[in-house]
Amino acid sequence: MIVGEQKKIEEIWEMIQGFKKILVFGCNTCIAVCHAGGGKEAEILASLLRMKAKQEGLDLEIKDLAVQRHCEPEYFEPVMEDVRKYDLVLSLACGVGVNFLSERIGNIPVYPGINTEFFGGVPQPGFFVELCAGCGDCVLHLTGGICPVVRCSKSLMNGPCGGTNKGKCEISPDVDCAWFLIVERMKQLGTLEKLFQVQPPRNWAGGTHGGPRRVVVEHVRTLEEQESK
Amino acid sequence: MKSGSNLEKVIASGNPAVTAELGPPMSADAHEVIKKANQLKGFCDAANITDCQTAVVRISSIAAAYIALKEGLEPVMQMTCRDRNRIAMQADFLGAAALGLKNCLCIAGDHQSFSAAGRLKGHPGAKNVYDVDTCQLVGIMKKMRDEGLQQGGDKLEVAPKFFIGASWTPMGDPIDFRPYNLKKKVDAGADFIQTQGIYDMELFKVQMEKARNLGLHERTAMLAGIIVPKSAMMLKYMDSSVAGVTVPKELINRMLKAKDAAGDDKKKAKELQEQEGMKITVELVKQALDIPGVKGVHIQAIEWESAIEHIVKAAGLYPRPVFSE
Repeated sequence: MIVGEQKKIEEIWEMIQGFKKILVFGCNTCIAVCHAGGGKEAEILASLLRMKAKQEGLDLEIKDLAVQRHCEPEYFEPVMEDVRKYDLVLSLACGVGVNFLSERIGNIPVYPGINTEFFGGVPQPGFFVELCAGCGDCVLHLTGGICPVVRCSKSLMNGPCGGTNKGKCEISPDVDCAWFLIVERMKQLGTLEKLFQVQPPRNWAGGTHGGPRRVVVEHVRTLEEQESK
Repeated sequence: MKSGSNLEKVIASGNPAVTAELGPPMSADAHEVIKKANQLKGFCDAANITDCQTAVVRISSIAAAYIALKEGLEPVMQMTCRDRNRIAMQADFLGAAALGLKNCLCIAGDHQSFSAAGRLKGHPGAKNVYDVDTCQLVGIMKKMRDEGLQQGGDKLEVAPKFFIGASWTPMGDPIDFRPYNLKKKVDAGADFIQTQGIYDMELFKVQMEKARNLGLHERTAMLAGIIVPKSAMMLKYMDSSVAGVTVPKELINRMLKAKDAAGDDKKKAKELQEQEGMKITVELVKQALDIPGVKGVHIQAIEWESAIEHIVKAAGLYPRPVFSE
């Protein structure tokens, strides 16, 4: 899932200055699971902003709304007429949602109320960890299912470096050394010798370094095109 | 000869090699480099010129290496994977070779979060690169030198001829993987290895035996790293906080004893500890050179380059071999 955190209220308050009619727009998928930007959080944030406006003697109209997903048009199109009544949308979706809505809303700005953090898992309630970089060239079969690109602070493909300290990363005693984990995991799987081979330089072009990425699923596209004819 | 560097010649001659370290300053002060180069010149076969160690901005390794070279000190330029992508790295190799540099140590580099330490603000918000890692960087240099090809495959009319080095933390964890970690660097093409600072010689002997069992001592020149201790406090810090370094209690106690012998005289305490530190270094150098497969020592006197002369002489490693061009 995509993990995000709500921006600090001070930053949001600064951002919305000058707007009169504001919609706090939540997304009920990933960002709701991480307690940052679902319908409930949108309601709370809208109410906090109204209180602050009142304290400051400002006459603002601040409402909230949420849909299941901001990354597919079918989820927000039914409410777009309502959304367009505002002069600012403060989106509590991830960055994908902000981009996606911005391109479709017309003459109204969409501002981010969320800092989109990473693709992560939820080992315990309220605790999220980054586990995938979305690098476009997965090597998890070589590293025991532990991602060296995002879980190693240096994205080493031939780790560990000299900074491993008691199984922890040099950046912090709170951060596990990914390569320590990889070595242990490969031992457990009986495949340590896979790590003896030097991995060549990667092709990062499939990741965030080759320009904006697109995925085309041909059979779905073909069906879609046939239907539209 | 792969590079024709002085370091390569010393190693090929069978003499124990001595490398030292020169840390460039945090300002555009060439004189600082010149001063340190002259302190080291004649007492080592080559000196590593660190590449923004601990991620702190300093005169770049290549520029400082060139200044050292002009002073008559053979440099080992260093290159971290932290600050450059493969385009910048290869461009720098071409430039460095064109300037006459012949040795390079490839390292991952300390994470940029290290830069904000003590009183320094550093650049902890910097974006790191890590396009390639150490093994891959070693491989790129080797491909350029031996095949005359860039990493991408384009041809080099004049190839940069470097004596290629890599680092090794023999006592880092997972400790049983470290010999294989070394093997990967050797497989990638490392001609010489400089290790992390070693105080626990007994444990290093065990790791060296494992390296020998893999035949690595015959494929690369192992230089044992010795960091000259300045004080008991420094040794305690290294023992508790520096990854892959353990300091035997006995050495810490020797330094504490030297400190206590000075009573309340702080200046004398510093002097006595420095003397003991040099003595310990000389002993470690001799012990390291007795280990089968060790071809030399890498003595790091951090911000204390003037100590090298005494240490090298006391260890019986002076004068250094001289070769004709």
